[in-house]
Amino acid sequence: MSKQLALVIDLNVCVGCHACVTSCKEWNTQGAAGPLTDQNAYGADPTGTFFNRVQTFEVGEFPNTETVHFPKSCLHCEDPPCVPVCPTGASYKRAEDGIVLVDYDKCIGCKYCSWACPYGAREVDGEQKVMKKCTLCVDRIYDAKLPEAERKPACVLACPTSARLFGDIHDPESEASRAIREQGGYALMPEWGTHPANHYLPRRKTGKRLHADELERHDNPLKVDGRLPRPSPDAPALDDVTSW
Amino acid sequence: MNPAWSVVLLTTLIGAGQGLYLALFAAQAPAPLMRIGIVLSLALLAAGLAASFFHLGRPERAWRSAAKWRTSWLSREVIALPLFMALAAAYGWTQDPAVGWAGVAACLALFVCTGMIYACLPFLQEWRTPLTVVNFILLGCASGLTLAAALAAWLHPELARASAIAALVVGALAYLGRLASLARNARLRPKSTLATAIGVKHPKITQIAQGAMGGSFNTREFFHGRPREVVRAARWTCLALVFPVPALLLLAGQPLVAFLAQYVGLLAERWYFFAEAKHPQNLYYQAIA
Repeated sequence: MSKQLALVIDLNVCVGCHACVTSCKEWNTQGAAGPLTDQNAYGADPTGTFFNRVQTFEVGEFPNTETVHFPKSCLHCEDPPCVPVCPTGASYKRAEDGIVLVDYDKCIGCKYCSWACPYGAREVDGEQKVMKKCTLCVDRIYDAKLPEAERKPACVLACPTSARLFGDIHDPESEASRAIREQGGYALMPEWGTHPANHYLPRRKTGKRLHADELERHDNPLKVDGRLPRPSPDAPALDDVTSW
Repeated sequence: MNPAWSVVLLTTLIGAGQGLYLALFAAQAPAPLMRIGIVLSLALLAAGLAASFFHLGRPERAWRSAAKWRTSWLSREVIALPLFMALAAAYGWTQDPAVGWAGVAACLALFVCTGMIYACLPFLQEWRTPLTVVNFILLGCASGLTLAAALAAWLHPELARASAIAALVVGALAYLGRLASLARNARLRPKSTLATAIGVKHPKITQIAQGAMGGSFNTREFFHGRPREVVRAARWTCLALVFPVPALLLLAGQPLVAFLAQYVGLLAERWYFFAEAKHPQNLYYQAIA
């Protein structure tokens, strides 16, 4: 089976710090996909092109609410609806690794592909007037000049909580596949049949069950915890000022 | 969706041009009416084509858009429009019925391509219906026939009555088709919800932040941002001017005024067509912060 590279994003771990957003912008504005231009960057209504955004949702009703930070980028669908509608062939899905890309030299900026994406993953660059989207950092994941461990998308490397996993979801032994399989990975808007390659791991309740033997030091042979002798009131204190 | 005037003008202008060609061909209009009619039809098509360029970020690359005709309805439209223009011009020049029939085929193909650009997108449920294609055809034919009636009244009064009747009949059909799609869309339930959008199974989810404070392409392209009154006004303009007012004007013997009123109605109709379509990506852009 062919390769399908994808991200697996763990919503249980994401803290909404936007490090993936800034590292994505930094890498891709200067890389092969760049520049990702901004307009009015220091004005009242700054706007610009991003491949990746972190959104925040509140689930539930006060006081029983939960905050969900939700990183959102192109999902590199296995059946991408944005590709066949492109009149020029600028949008394409790579056969070798399943990454959906835009050829910026062919794009005419008709925006039709963005209409055909239910996730709003595509953005027109305000200056270059061509459609842009996440490339899964295609210009760094195959870069043999980089150390092996750094051949990952910039967002994955930047995430301080390791909420983002990167791998081939067609390889059942990859870290990404295992996470999807074992931690209930799901796809967004499954109702449209787009089969997104990127998956999300759900929020989970993390708890700990304490057993009685964990409350005392079972490795203490004398079982004398809590029965240490008290120093006498006139014994010298550590700071020579206070008393016991 | 945020209606783009370039696309509103493109679809209404070429619709009228196509309808006018079909009307002239069906009536086998005599020479002066045919000549002037074909020139007018070509002018409408050219104006629509010109408007479409304003929709492109990189209009200088527009030639590339004919490449993917195997998969893209937009690409097919890009081929069908100049092909139809060429055939219409050839028919106006030669008056050869074979060329005329080829023109009719290209004209219908162009109607289907234009409609399918919108009807083929599964996510925009308001457009995802055969009514979209049917209405593009009927509304285009209706405006073309009204224009033909105006031309006939000027150049060939013998045909004026027949073309006005045809314009009334097709206009009524188009109006019914549009009412049907309005009724259908009023009963639509969105397939996607915030729960499927972020995959959290809870009935109450509120957006707190969308990741940008000053808006983005997603907020500009997919939201029209007009108050409800404007949308309602567009809807009523459409409902009044697409058929009832032009019909009265046709009956009153004012086909040119009828066409102008109907064209304004079609602009409102097309604007509303875009404005009423709710894209599922909007679920991700409900609150700024």
